This record gives sequence, C-alpha cells and structure tokens, in this order.
Amino acid sequence: MLELYIVLILMIIGAIIAVETKSILSSIVALGKVGLGLTIAFLILKAPDLAIVQLVVEILTLIILIRATLGRDVKYTKENQNWGVKFLSIILIIIFLIFSYNVLQSLPEFGNPILKVADYYIENGMKETGAANLVTSVILDFRAFDTLGEATVLFTAILGALAVLRKNGIKDKDTKENKGVQGD
Amino acid sequence: MINNRDSQGMSVIVKTITRLTIGLILLYGVYILLHGHITPGGGFAGGVIIALSFIHIMLAFGKNVALEKLNQTWSKIFESTGALLFITIAFLGFFGGVFFNNFLDKGEHFELFSAGTILLSNIAIFLKVGAGLFLLFVALVLFKIGGRK
Amino acid sequence: MIYFLCFILFSIGLYSILTKRNLIKIIIGISIVDYAINLFFILVGYRMNGRSPILEKGEEIERIVDPLPQAVVLTSIVIGLAVTALLVAIAIRIYEKYGTFDINEIKELKG
Repeated sequence: MLELYIVLILMIIGAIIAVETKSILSSIVALGKVGLGLTIAFLILKAPDLAIVQLVVEILTLIILIRATLGRDVKYTKENQNWGVKFLSIILIIIFLIFSYNVLQSLPEFGNPILKVADYYIENGMKETGAANLVTSVILDFRAFDTLGEATVLFTAILGALAVLRKNGIKDKDTKENKGVQGD
Repeated sequence: MINNRDSQGMSVIVKTITRLTIGLILLYGVYILLHGHITPGGGFAGGVIIALSFIHIMLAFGKNVALEKLNQTWSKIFESTGALLFITIAFLGFFGGVFFNNFLDKGEHFELFSAGTILLSNIAIFLKVGAGLFLLFVALVLFKIGGRK
Repeated sequence: MIYFLCFILFSIGLYSILTKRNLIKIIIGISIVDYAINLFFILVGYRMNGRSPILEKGEEIERIVDPLPQAVVLTSIVIGLAVTALLVAIAIRIYEKYGTFDINEIKELKG
C-alpha cells in the first residue's frame, strides 16, 4: 500500500498549495491536481466506477471555477491581516486532529472491514437483479431510494442556480428603482 | 456540419480537432451509459460525459453553435422527462408488490438486455444528470459579466 | 495511519473555510472537504488484496471490496458538483452586485 501513501501525501501537498497560493487561477489548477490524485486513489482502492465519475466531474468543476474567475478584476487575493482568527482556527484544528486520532484507534484496521451488510449484496446481487456490476445493482435496485433522494437534491441545486442567475425579475426591479430615483 | 470559419470561438486548430473528437466522446458516453450494468459506468458517468461533450462544442465554437444543437427549452424538457421516467419506473414496481421492485424479466446474465429495470433507470438518470448539468453550464455562460467598478 | 492522512486533508479544507476572505478560496475549501470525506468512505470499505465489485463470467465470488460505500459515494460526487456550481452562481451574483469577492469589503459596503 505504499503507492496509496504517496498519492495521499501528494494530495495533501496539492491542497496546501491550493489554499496558500495568492493567485486564484493557480490555486484552482492545484485543486484540479487534488482531484486527479483522488482519481488515482480510487483506482488503487479498486473502485473503477468512482474513478470514471470523479475524472469527468473534476474537469467540469475546473471549467466552472475558471469561468467564475476569468474576466474579473481581482486576480490576487489579499493577505489576511487578522492574526487572531488564524490562531484560533489553528488551535481548533489541532484539537480536532488530536480527538480524531484517539477515535481512529477504535476503528478496525485498514483493509479488514467488519461491515456485514455487504455480504448479502455480494452473495445475492447477481441472482436477484441480474446485473454483473454490483455497484449499479446497489444504487438502482437494493437502495434505489438513495438515488431518488439524490435526484431530488440535484434537481433542487439546479433550480437554485437557475433562480440565482435569472435575468428577468431582478433587472425590472433595478430599472424601477432607478426611475423612482430620477423622478424624485 | 459545423462551419469553422465563424468569428466566434477559438482558433482553427482547436475547431478542427474538436470536430474530429466530438463524435468519439459522444459514442464513449453512450457506451458507458448502456453497459452500466455489466462494466464500470452507468447513468451518472454517461450523463456527465455527454454533458461534457456539448460543453466541449460550446467552448470551442462559441455559445450560438452549441445552443443550435441543444437549446435551453429542450434541455429543460429532457431533465423533466428523466425525473418523471425515474419516478414512473419506481411506481411501476407496485406490479411486483413494492416500490422500486425489479418487475421485468432478469434475462440472461452478462447480456446487454438483461437486469430488468436497471437499464431503464440508467437511461432516466442519464437524461436527468446530463441535461441538468448542461443547463447549469448554459446558465453560467449566458450570465453577463457586469457589475459596479 | 492512512485514516489520519485523510483527516489532515479534511482539516486543510476546514482551515481554508475558516480563515480565507476570498469567496473562491472558500469554495475551494469546501471542495477539498468533499474529496476528503469521499476518500474516507472508500478507505473504510477497502479489503486488503480484494478485487473490484464487478463480476465476470465463470469466476468465483471471493474477497470482493465492499460495494456499499462505493454506491453511496457515487451519488455524493455528483451532488458535490451541483453544490459547487450553485456556490459559484451565488459568488458570481455577489460579484455583480458589489464588484468584489472579498467578504470583508462586502460587509463594509453594506454597513
């Protein structure tokens, strides 16, 4: 499992660069590196479905984020002057890491899961659904309610984005306000 | 076919390469979608890949060409169709007794037309995810860059 | 130990959300937190020397990686993309109204 450690450490370095770089465009590119590292980690962990989806979603995220920053005036972020906030957050994160280290001791060892739910899916998935891909048989047959909820969340998010970016209502209100100011 | 002499979009090299590769990307998306129950992939991956192929057209040729291929009204209709198809499959499961029951014939294992409703559900999820993400990107592109300066 | 590296990735995203003032940096932090949680789910379900949960003709079913976390994370990735797009839409709208991505300047402009 040495390659998994290497990929994870590269991901952490990429995340630090993405957070600390001043130029926004290069921090978005560093975020893309973290996502590609996650794709390789999924491949090492034997999850090819997730690797395909993560690769494509990463490209789309990059395009959307670059669309948000291109053409804007602000290319560089300013340094945060407030040291108190930084100090407090670092203390909070250190406390969180100490507690999580103690909690992680009680998890089962890496590579030996003790979840017993999946045994039923592995044994009977082929017979009951006829799908050779067990992940598909779980998301669309055994646990299709999850997918229904996911479709609802996706629909709501798209509806929210379309409502935030709509043109008609907001412009009318602005022109009315401007007219009122001019009339006064 | 798409004319690459338009003033909009990127350079001639990008347009030519895009015309060559766009069909392959679309075909790969359809393959990933239809074989979701026997190989890795499925509705989510196929939907995002096909949405990405239309976004590719939009990035290379400008927004007018892409909106001629698939405009906003049709993508809204496709998204709603996907949601309705998925919930219809769920309700048709009452023929077998319970919600989301796999009531169709399972067919032979490892064949393309097998696994009952899973293929239909994959197509519904594909319509929903693909049309929805394309719609999101169109909304982000059409929004004018303005604001106070 | 490998779980702890995953938590370090999570805390880097948390630090970015807590201290940065630029809206795009906050969105990047949320994305990193998303990646870390997805990775943690898959790490919990991994079986040492296992094989991927896709069956083939004439093979024995033995030592298969847990398919349940993979199915949960598959939906979570697509939701993460939609949430990122929603946040970007809100950020663009804020930029159009105030002309900046900096949250402190927005606060001052409002007060």
